Amino acid sequence: MAHTSHSHSQTNLAQTTDAHAQAHHVIEVRTYVLIYIALMLFLAATVAASFMPLGAFHLPVAMTIALIKAVLIVLFFMHVYYSAPLTWITAVGSLLWVGLLLAFLLSDYLARGWLHILGK
Amino acid sequence: MHTSSTSTAPDEGTQLLLSHFDDLDQQHLTSNLGMWFFLVSEVMFFSGLIAAYTVYRALAPDAFKLGSHHMAMWVGFFNTLVLLTSSLTMAFAVRCSQVGDRRGIVRNLILTALLGTIFLGVKASEYKTEIDHGYLPGRSFHVSEHDAEVLKAASLDANGNLDEAKFSRNKGQFQMMFVLYFFMTGVHAFHMIVGIAAVLIFAVLIRIKWFSGFGTTQVEVLGLYWHFVDVVWVFLYPLLYLIE
Repeated sequence: MAHTSHSHSQTNLAQTTDAHAQAHHVIEVRTYVLIYIALMLFLAATVAASFMPLGAFHLPVAMTIALIKAVLIVLFFMHVYYSAPLTWITAVGSLLWVGLLLAFLLSDYLARGWLHILGK
Repeated sequence: MHTSSTSTAPDEGTQLLLSHFDDLDQQHLTSNLGMWFFLVSEVMFFSGLIAAYTVYRALAPDAFKLGSHHMAMWVGFFNTLVLLTSSLTMAFAVRCSQVGDRRGIVRNLILTALLGTIFLGVKASEYKTEIDHGYLPGRSFHVSEHDAEVLKAASLDANGNLDEAKFSRNKGQFQMMFVLYFFMTGVHAFHMIVGIAAVLIFAVLIRIKWFSGFGTTQVEVLGLYWHFVDVVWVFLYPLLYLIE
């Protein structure tokens, strides 16, 4: 009994210190500047890619670069990397939502011509 | 009146704990999560527009490409740069609030608002040029000779003759590109206006020591909103300006 309560209080303590670290993590100025430089490079990359003869790959390349930039901003500028699991789930959940919306929407629009239904 | 239990002395370096929270960390997490839930609803809002864009672009890739070629790509590049820089200054403002540098918070917030205003000014001049060229959808929308030629070339039937119905649809979808452009960038600009107002109000509140504990939680939550608006633009820029 004593053992159980002891380990319980230890878990509590661990969680509190953890939460404390999450709430007060101060990111170095250097890290912010490095992320900013990376964002600038990706911005240059997305413009450069629009000049390249990529054909059908223009959109996927542009969206991949945009996604990387968004992830960098969310993880470091918005501190999600250092945040509680609940914040992680919320942030990832919103991305999942957009993915679901576009996937089901496109599966409808792109597949409309596949079946030749009489009278359509 | 000011007993120790109801003291609102703000400049203590630690945030006041509201009575319905267990501790400061829970209070901080709750505020953060509240803003994140709002941002998720914002993601849903913008993804509706992105979905409309996806469908129309898939229906008329040529019309969208033509529309995109009329956007001021380098102006958009400059604006993206300005907005990313404003995110950096906002991140610095949040950092200053964490380390208790009050002057730093105010300075960085004002810089952020300034960069945001530059963005809006550039955007307004872009709008003016586009409206002057007759790209504002509606009664004044005008398809120039050159644009009509490009759209005709994209509207040929299997035998190489002009398909009038297809040409008419393409002209409509060329206009639809500008409907989506003005709506998406317009809604984004509205978010910027709200953000700049909030940032300036916060600069004043921090200056007059309105918040306890350097307003760490409050400034961080404001930062989340600002960065989100930046993330939206990161997607809008290639989608609207850089179609090749």
